[in-house]
Amino acid sequence: MAAEHEERSHPSVGEYVEIGVILAVVTAMEVALFYADLARGFTVPALVTLTIIKFALVILWFMHLRFDSRLFRRLFFVGIGLALAVFGAVIAMMFLGGQTGVGVS
Amino acid sequence: MGEATAAPVQPEPGEGHYTSLGLSNEKMAMWALIGSECLFFGALITTYLIYLPRTGAGPGPKEIFDIPFTSVSTFILLMSSLGMVLALAAIQAGDMRRFRIWVLATALMGSTFLAGQIYEFTAFVEEGMGLTTSPFSSAFYVLTGFHGVHVAGGILMLLTLWSLSLMGRLPTSRAGAVENVGLYWHFVDIVWIVIFTVIYLIPAE
Repeated sequence: MAAEHEERSHPSVGEYVEIGVILAVVTAMEVALFYADLARGFTVPALVTLTIIKFALVILWFMHLRFDSRLFRRLFFVGIGLALAVFGAVIAMMFLGGQTGVGVS
Repeated sequence: MGEATAAPVQPEPGEGHYTSLGLSNEKMAMWALIGSECLFFGALITTYLIYLPRTGAGPGPKEIFDIPFTSVSTFILLMSSLGMVLALAAIQAGDMRRFRIWVLATALMGSTFLAGQIYEFTAFVEEGMGLTTSPFSSAFYVLTGFHGVHVAGGILMLLTLWSLSLMGRLPTSRAGAVENVGLYWHFVDIVWIVIFTVIYLIPAE
């Protein structure tokens, strides 16, 4: 139970600045990838990977999920899980059930 | 009953209430709100992806999106998140002057992002993409518009913190309130991180 709401001290100002610089560099990489004339099969997965890295950096360091109680992490990931379930259900309806009213041309 | 019962955490005066787990009620509520907002934006992004090919007679993403402009807006919003954590670190260290500088800088960066979004919407309408032009345009405006409303709400919260601090009504013991506003602000930022890639970069690629 103690580990359930165990909290560690938050990052220092220096660490926050380091994360900010990494975020700026990753964003620049995304834009560079967009303009680089590479195959879509490479660009799209690379963009998604860079987005996941930025997302993780913000939630873990800036939102302190790495340091705060696991309960907060669970509340957040339940929301993310439900959002992905909605996305998955709609995609399944489109591809498995054909046109379903929200038709895609 | 092998485990000793943990003594309830006693909050500092003015620090708010705590759950039986020793966690702040306010912070718990903010995380519950963020969790539910994930579902809200998840539904909007899914809707946008469904309608993405349905541009009708109107322009599509490749013709209309201005990637350099949106990249700058994205960079500003990301840096506002850095400003927010620096404001939190300042109030936790008891440096109220630095707190006010960073919280105001964060609000200004948020306002710049919002101004950019208003400019972008205006340019799109002038180029023939209105709210009802096509299912694609409706889904785009609803998604990015709702995000913009969230940014506006965050700016109001930041300016409220700044005003309270100026009036001397935001002591260091209320740093938890700043952290909760910060959580909301970072959430708005992570939603945009996803929007920037999924809505702007990938379809226009």
